[in-house]
Amino acid sequence: MSGNGTSNMPLVETLRVIQETRGEEDIVVTTMGTGREWSSFEQHPLDLVYVPSSMGQATSVALGLAIAQPERRVIVCQGDGSLLMNLGSLVTITSRMPQNLVVLLMENRVYEITGRQGTPGTAELRADGQDTDFAELARAAGFPAVLEFDDLAEWRDAAPMVLSSSGPVFAVLKVEPVSGDTAPRSPGPAWERATALRERLAP
Amino acid sequence: MFNGSEIASLFEELGVTHVVTVPDTTIGPWLNDVRNTSVDVIQVCREGEAWSIAMGLHLGGATPIVLIQCTGLFESGDALRNAMYDYRLPLFGLVGYRSYLSQASLPGDTCLRFTEPILDAWQVDWKFVDEPGKLGEIATHFRTCQADQKPGIVLFAEGKA
Repeated sequence: MSGNGTSNMPLVETLRVIQETRGEEDIVVTTMGTGREWSSFEQHPLDLVYVPSSMGQATSVALGLAIAQPERRVIVCQGDGSLLMNLGSLVTITSRMPQNLVVLLMENRVYEITGRQGTPGTAELRADGQDTDFAELARAAGFPAVLEFDDLAEWRDAAPMVLSSSGPVFAVLKVEPVSGDTAPRSPGPAWERATALRERLAP
Repeated sequence: MFNGSEIASLFEELGVTHVVTVPDTTIGPWLNDVRNTSVDVIQVCREGEAWSIAMGLHLGGATPIVLIQCTGLFESGDALRNAMYDYRLPLFGLVGYRSYLSQASLPGDTCLRFTEPILDAWQVDWKFVDEPGKLGEIATHFRTCQADQKPGIVLFAEGKA
């Protein structure tokens, strides 16, 4: 999907593939729109719905988890608006090269929750009229494995490979913005969820 | 005020597992000594990352310290707010107070005007260390905050005395 193109990757179905494919011992970090949708799924004790968040910081939280828990896979799902707030995190991640970290970028080209305004990365708002190429950004940052998907069936077929590859992995999933612009809500007190996750991860 | 060997030994003594940092002219020279210990140094691109990586490390069972200059404290407020208050995590930071020891020779650094009010505004339990003989106060404050499971910061003076 680019410019005014369309995608056949609805966010909920795209996330559902992750839910169905993740390993039982994998940690999954979601935030903003992905956190909103993930919260509607059956919860897993190794989920971190990073809501409330500091926007853009999900990749950094996930990196900390990946370093502290090197035997577990850590999968982080966030949007392109969030990533643009913390692009340096891609370079920080590759400075460490955590093999157990998978970064899944849900590229919908808008700030969905605030009313679907375009991000500065979208062609419509750019002087050069070109969408920002997040896959190229990831490659330039040094990610050894970079993939792109704009078809749900292809994503479903590839997900087991993507989520189990030696990382750090960066995959762009070109999803459709969700209608309704509903803000995410914390699925319970954030500090209690944090404590529960920490206790679950304790040896 | 302190040297790298003293700081590295302090981190080991406190059981710190990771130091998440952006170097400045005071912190930078310490890092090689810290890297020569069992403490893992994670250098980040911008300070907001530091609190969030420390959050992930803490949730994963590690004992991180954030080591940044006060300008980085200014930059990283939202990440600090989220980790320390939304998630109530007992993260600990060492924050360099830029120009504090150089006020006579290099006056006018606005860090001197804003650093302490901003720490107060964040309502974090912070202590100020301004002399080499007060290294032990860092350890005391760290241990107190760990025991109470609350966040804390030590502001340490930077600049030539």
